Amino acid sequence: MDSHSRVVIVGGGQAGIQIAESLRQEGFTGVLTLLGDEPHPPYQRPPLSKKWLIEGGAVGALSLRGSAAIERLRITLRPDTRVRAIERVRNVVELADGSVLPYDRLAIATGSLPRTLPVPGASLSGVLSLRGIADSLAIGQAIRICADEKRPVVVVGGGFIGLEVAAAARKLGAQVTVLEGLPRLMSRVTAPVVSETFARLHRAHGVQLVFGAQVAEIVGREGRVSAVRTADGQEYPAGCVVVGIGVEPDDLLARSAGLLCERGVVVDDCARTSEATIVAAGDCTARRLPNGELVRLESVQNAIEQGKSGAAALMGRERPFANAPWFWSDQYDVKLQMVGLSRGYDQVVTRGDLAKPAYSAFYYRAGRLLAVDSMNRVPDHMQSKRLLDHGVWPTPEQAADPQFELTSLLKVPPATTPAATPGGAATAGGA
Amino acid sequence: MTRITYVEPDGRPVTLDLKPGQSLMRAAMDAGLEGIEAQCGGNCACATCHCYVQPEWLDKLKPPSDDEQFMLSNVAAERRPNSRLSCQLIAEDALEGLTVQFPDRQS
Repeated sequence: MDSHSRVVIVGGGQAGIQIAESLRQEGFTGVLTLLGDEPHPPYQRPPLSKKWLIEGGAVGALSLRGSAAIERLRITLRPDTRVRAIERVRNVVELADGSVLPYDRLAIATGSLPRTLPVPGASLSGVLSLRGIADSLAIGQAIRICADEKRPVVVVGGGFIGLEVAAAARKLGAQVTVLEGLPRLMSRVTAPVVSETFARLHRAHGVQLVFGAQVAEIVGREGRVSAVRTADGQEYPAGCVVVGIGVEPDDLLARSAGLLCERGVVVDDCARTSEATIVAAGDCTARRLPNGELVRLESVQNAIEQGKSGAAALMGRERPFANAPWFWSDQYDVKLQMVGLSRGYDQVVTRGDLAKPAYSAFYYRAGRLLAVDSMNRVPDHMQSKRLLDHGVWPTPEQAADPQFELTSLLKVPPATTPAATPGGAATAGGA
Repeated sequence: MTRITYVEPDGRPVTLDLKPGQSLMRAAMDAGLEGIEAQCGGNCACATCHCYVQPEWLDKLKPPSDDEQFMLSNVAAERRPNSRLSCQLIAEDALEGLTVQFPDRQS
């Protein structure tokens, strides 16, 4: 790659801007084009279901890098630009306006799309889902109208997005009903004890939680949502409905271009796709672990780390992403921080005060630490992150003992610590 | 405007003018400085906007909150007595002329 080389990045979110920035840091001197399908420069998505949804504010407050940064990094940013196809034979991307953009190397960072409810009425006015700034604005506005008109907000899905929106809606003064299909909240990613904590929290804030709710139909009047009907015949009146039932990787362009995709663009630890000149990063990817399993992570950290890996790979260098995955969620006054992947755990112990809540749940498989969920326990989270990255961990008895200093384990000389990272590359799991 | 100087990990100084109330992290991200990551976007949740404050300025800053203290105890680079998270440092007149240095790594 030289100063005449052209890199095109498809997708102007967290992963896209990271690839661009890291490419410059890796010494790329060529032409760098970042294509985004939204009107905004790259911005942070996590606040869209948290603080920004409640408080609103300028769009600029969400920006990831200012225009000065974009200019200094010599990135040609093209917002509002949709890509119609990637043509690998000609090494061009075809844009929605019919023009073509040639590349020498390509990066795919197309993100994910919210799942839609496969039921009648799902496209009625007032049925909303969250992906971008425009969606967050629409949801905020709908919640405020519901609060004014004293009509309930119905949230479909008791996962992170659904619960954060529920918390925001309560803060904005609306009545809220959460319909969850499974018997508990956030069941894909947390233990029952943590689900129970959040159920108590939401009920204490006046949210109606309904479990085992299979949405059968969204009922409307004059094209506008009025209720949600579940399979057992119950009807839940609704001024608006927010659907938060997970996302699907947006791998359509990659798949159409013939890249290997399996619910996401398949990449290795270095963000390389099945094609040597193309990398992919962020929500749109499915990472192949050394044991052959595929892991999908939808997180800021994953977008950043894969973005760095992808930039290095485009420059012909290997920079694997092996750190333990971490996430966070804000609901009311509880800060939930998670590190590692708990899938496949066979034991959970808690540390701290469950009632407050101010505790952490430690997940083990065969005595080995997989993951830690911390609620208002920042020190546990930060220390667990380091433990998992260093491949050391407390026994379940030590973890459960609040007097036991987790950091004491990090003082062990490195030569005696196991090499593998339990929450990192050696662990399979989906989030 | 508050004039703040950031020293990149390679020793290069960059001086920026901050608006009152803007965090040192926000301004550094907007300017595209290299020594900062700020993965969580200013929520005091990731410790990847770590910086070293010139020691003589320490007294002039609001002391770190408990959460910031905890985050600082686990930063990726060496923690020093003058370590702070730049998302928690807010521009005000009293900080005119402050210099902060970014560590060699954030994650």
